[in-house]
Amino acid sequence: MKNLKAEFIGTWTLLKKELLRFWRVVFQTVAAPVITAVLYLLIFSHVLANHVKVYDNVEYTAFLIPGLIMMSLLQNSFANSSSSLIQSKVMGNIIFILLTPLTYLQFFLAFLIASIVRGIFVGACIYLLALLYVDLPLLHPWIIFGFAIIGGALLGTFGIIAGIWANRFDQMAAFQNFVIMPLSFLSGVFYSIHSLPPFWQKVSQLNPFFYMIDGFRYGFFGQSDVAPLLSFFVVMVFFVVLAFITLGMLKSGYKLRS
Amino acid sequence: MKKAIVFNKVNKSFGKLQVLKDIDFTIQEGEFFGLLGPNGAGKSTLINILAGLVKPCSGSIKVMGHDVIQDYQKARRLLGIVPQELVFDPFFNVREMLRFQAGYFGKGRENDDWVDEVIDSLDLQDKAYTNMRMLSGGMKRRALIAQALVHKPPVIVLDEPTAGVDVELRKRLWQFIKKLNQKGYTIVLTTHYLEEAEMLCNRVAMMDQGKIVALDKTRNLLKRFAVKNLNFRVNLKGKKIPASIQKFIQFKGHDSISFLIKEIGEVEFIISELKKTKINILDMELINSDLENVFLKLTGSKK
Repeated sequence: MKNLKAEFIGTWTLLKKELLRFWRVVFQTVAAPVITAVLYLLIFSHVLANHVKVYDNVEYTAFLIPGLIMMSLLQNSFANSSSSLIQSKVMGNIIFILLTPLTYLQFFLAFLIASIVRGIFVGACIYLLALLYVDLPLLHPWIIFGFAIIGGALLGTFGIIAGIWANRFDQMAAFQNFVIMPLSFLSGVFYSIHSLPPFWQKVSQLNPFFYMIDGFRYGFFGQSDVAPLLSFFVVMVFFVVLAFITLGMLKSGYKLRS
Repeated sequence: MKKAIVFNKVNKSFGKLQVLKDIDFTIQEGEFFGLLGPNGAGKSTLINILAGLVKPCSGSIKVMGHDVIQDYQKARRLLGIVPQELVFDPFFNVREMLRFQAGYFGKGRENDDWVDEVIDSLDLQDKAYTNMRMLSGGMKRRALIAQALVHKPPVIVLDEPTAGVDVELRKRLWQFIKKLNQKGYTIVLTTHYLEEAEMLCNRVAMMDQGKIVALDKTRNLLKRFAVKNLNFRVNLKGKKIPASIQKFIQFKGHDSISFLIKEIGEVEFIISELKKTKINILDMELINSDLENVFLKLTGSKK
């Protein structure tokens, strides 16, 4: 019982530290992505509103918002765990965690939850600002919440892998620019994949970001490109695979303990 | 007396380079133990294995009976490590860092009184709410020591704690560490300042090229390898030093001679031989051997 309490305090402390870390630089970690998403919304909705056909009875601007929320949520979940780890490694203060009795599971949980919280916080801010611009239904709030959690978890986990693997900031930037950014832009944030040629529809279906955004959007409009259950299943499979890889890396001390 | 740390045939290689070779010794509870050696001797690697940051190729280390790999949680709760580098988290102030560090070890709010005590003991009161990156090097060093103490570990390892620290702070840190030892903490100090180990440690292990080359009580080592320097300022005026004392000469300048002697009786002999040849002695000093001499003898290095 005493051990359980100690382990809870340990995990909670690391989680609190990770939450405070992004809160201390809230302009960079929250305000900046929210402003970026709002700018996307203003520009794309203005330019593309009458050019892109999406779902019946759904305005393009309304269609765009869930995609932008989810894209920002995913990018920020990834950024939270990855930037914290690479900074700690480069500055050497990761040692303060490695010297403690925290288990690899506690380490994983704390970084994971902090990533989900930041992602959802950024997403919620975008949603609230978007309400000033367009009326947005919330048909299935639990589906929205479920996809937000699993999406944040998947990218938070991917961020842990990237943070452990990268030795330098430029390697981390390569992850952001060559993996996260293309996958999020080519996932149907700005369009329905049914508007794409058949070949590109197939390619899009290989992109896990597509399922996260499509399922998330279903929660708002009750319409999606693929069944939300299938989307959830695909995202869950990706999460479980990445979580196993991450736990394996943490357990073996890959790039953390020589 | 219980065993605080047991190193059992620890070996470590990085690629083809073997950095630790069969390290095997025990540190008892309550000891003030020095781990000495030049840069690259393997001290930090050994400490990193003890801390769980580096894995040994073979062998094991136990902290108060708990293996640092198999039973790492218990072993780490008993250890407080002060790292060599001045690392810090730039997002937080001193008190926050200390609370976080205690929290990682499962210590909650009930530990806050102890955190305050550690802050007071290390004269960090004025800096408790200062961001870590705003602290001077000396203050950062104190904060690092405080971080190692917040979970009340009975065994404290200080890896080169006074490297790059000014003389005044060095002395204050020595006093603080001595007090900890007097309160019953086991202290392991790695250093390449031999003077530091000589002043503080009851027992020392000397490492060179990954091996333990000596392990004994500090005073025994000094006695065993005792040598003294007998230094003269003289007026030679073209006179030759007698052949009978040539073997003692360590250094000869135009108005100074330094002899290396083992027995105090040799002082009288050297002075009488110098007087016989009418060499005028202007000044004289006798310097006792220190750990530096011992180390140089053991490693075969030349001063």
